[in-house]
Amino acid sequence: MNWTMIGVFLALFVFVTVLGFVAARWRYGDLTQLHEWGLGGRRFGTVVTWFLLGGDVYTAYTFIAVPALVFGAGAIGFFALPYTIIVYPLVFLVLPRLWWVSHKHNYVTGADFVRGRYGSPTLALLVALTGILATMPYIALQLVGIEVIIAALGFHAGGWAADLPLIIAFVVLAAYTYTSGLRAPALISIVKDLLIYITVIAAVIIIPMQLGGFGKIFAAVPHAKMLLAAPPAASLGSYGAFATLAFGSALALFAYPHTMTGVLSGKNPRVLRRNMALLPAYTLVLGLLALLGFMALAAGVDKLPAFASGFQQYKANFAVPALILHSFPSWFSGVAFAAIVIGALVPAAIMSIAAANLFTRNIYREYFRPQCSSAEEARVAKWASLVVKAGALIFVLELPSIYAIQFQLLGGVWIAQIIPAVALGLYTRWWHRGGLALGWLCGMVVGTWMVASLHFAGTVYPLHLFGFTIPAYAALWGLILNLIVAFVFTLIFRALHLAEGQDATAPGDYTGQSAQ
Amino acid sequence: MTSSTNGKKRSSWRLLLLVPFIATLWVPFYNRVEPTFIGIPFFYWYLLLWAPLSALITWIVFSRNDSPDNDR
Repeated sequence: MNWTMIGVFLALFVFVTVLGFVAARWRYGDLTQLHEWGLGGRRFGTVVTWFLLGGDVYTAYTFIAVPALVFGAGAIGFFALPYTIIVYPLVFLVLPRLWWVSHKHNYVTGADFVRGRYGSPTLALLVALTGILATMPYIALQLVGIEVIIAALGFHAGGWAADLPLIIAFVVLAAYTYTSGLRAPALISIVKDLLIYITVIAAVIIIPMQLGGFGKIFAAVPHAKMLLAAPPAASLGSYGAFATLAFGSALALFAYPHTMTGVLSGKNPRVLRRNMALLPAYTLVLGLLALLGFMALAAGVDKLPAFASGFQQYKANFAVPALILHSFPSWFSGVAFAAIVIGALVPAAIMSIAAANLFTRNIYREYFRPQCSSAEEARVAKWASLVVKAGALIFVLELPSIYAIQFQLLGGVWIAQIIPAVALGLYTRWWHRGGLALGWLCGMVVGTWMVASLHFAGTVYPLHLFGFTIPAYAALWGLILNLIVAFVFTLIFRALHLAEGQDATAPGDYTGQSAQ
Repeated sequence: MTSSTNGKKRSSWRLLLLVPFIATLWVPFYNRVEPTFIGIPFFYWYLLLWAPLSALITWIVFSRNDSPDNDR
């Protein structure tokens, strides 16, 4: 046991926990209202939104999962870079429309919007269920990150005691989310980012110096991991996988409930647009962190006996913690580990709040208690946030996790299937709600089937078409089928004159041109 | 009113946002080692460079739109 490291870690953890509870009083609002608890009163400005959206994207995914993939599989792991580069122009173009229409009609979730747009509680239910389901493996990824760090801190107890620190972290997270709502992760993410930037700057300066420069680091990378393998004849090979993982992840990210929460809590669309130009600063950090995977390879941490048990249990996911332990004095390892754990707790809080908003608005109030008061609504959301986190625990315990990133990619396969209903709906009412529902069904079934056929260990499905092989992210295959089915059935249902549903929105609502 | 010409100007600026997509998703552009930069293969520093470049492009499009009625 290294008490210096654990002491620094615990001090930072306790500080952040206190902050989480204090957050309830920050920018005081009536926390018995759902839009106060779950959207921070829609009052966040550029800076807070920056930290909050940054907290959404840069998580255990950035610190543990991506470097682990780079460590284990090489260049393909760098798909996270184009992903986090193109996601901002995408959000920049589309989501301000969602902000305007949501502001006008008091929508709290994407499913609220779908319900208003298509007059279809059923379609809204599908969108809500997908959001809740897809959020769970993403939270699970955060829990894996926390688990790995706890192991790196030296808690190697057997049996149920091994899970105790994780459960404690989990209960603390659940408690302040319950009390303070979105204000807690918003406030904590400021501290989190400070810690992360300190850690990253130290890591990308000190570790390459210790290892003798980037030239030496890349010289230690095996040839096969250095670049993407050139595609064989009649196949897109790893190029297809790389580009579709990036593109599919970007599409998925902006359909996630927690991204919507981050977007809707901003005080106006200018705040959002300005942020889309500022957020790529995080992308640079993500890229530098991804290189930690190669640094771990060059340092040969997986061959050191001190880390053998960690690698045996957590595989490549242990690469970054091992590198940190190997390279830094123990007090700084404490800082770095606190940064990672807090960086996992913040998004877990935001995600569970977003999923809770969905449950409350689009399932509970819609189907069980249409007359419920807004205080009851906020209360149910608080409880739902606890249930979602418990669901995430099940994913951690039940699914294999050679690479933690597979959790996030699995969530992406599901969430991408709501894009036709939500994103296209922001621009046009052409699609028929029945067609969208059937498209969703086909996309979900095929996407899930593809991942299942890969035994949940991968999400890149090689489709054989006319003698040509196209390996691509299952989220995109599902989405393509989804769109085709939705298109065909829109035509069929319209020919049959099936009811279209009332559109509660007007064209001006999407641009703020209608009276506020 | 010049709102329709403004609208056209705005959307042509927005075409700039396509550039990061093409530059980072078309793998044959950058899947090679040379030229290296401080020992980092081209593949990696090229993608890293696109983070600030894409931010710059988004910022340009944002500031072109930055008038009181820009959020359309």
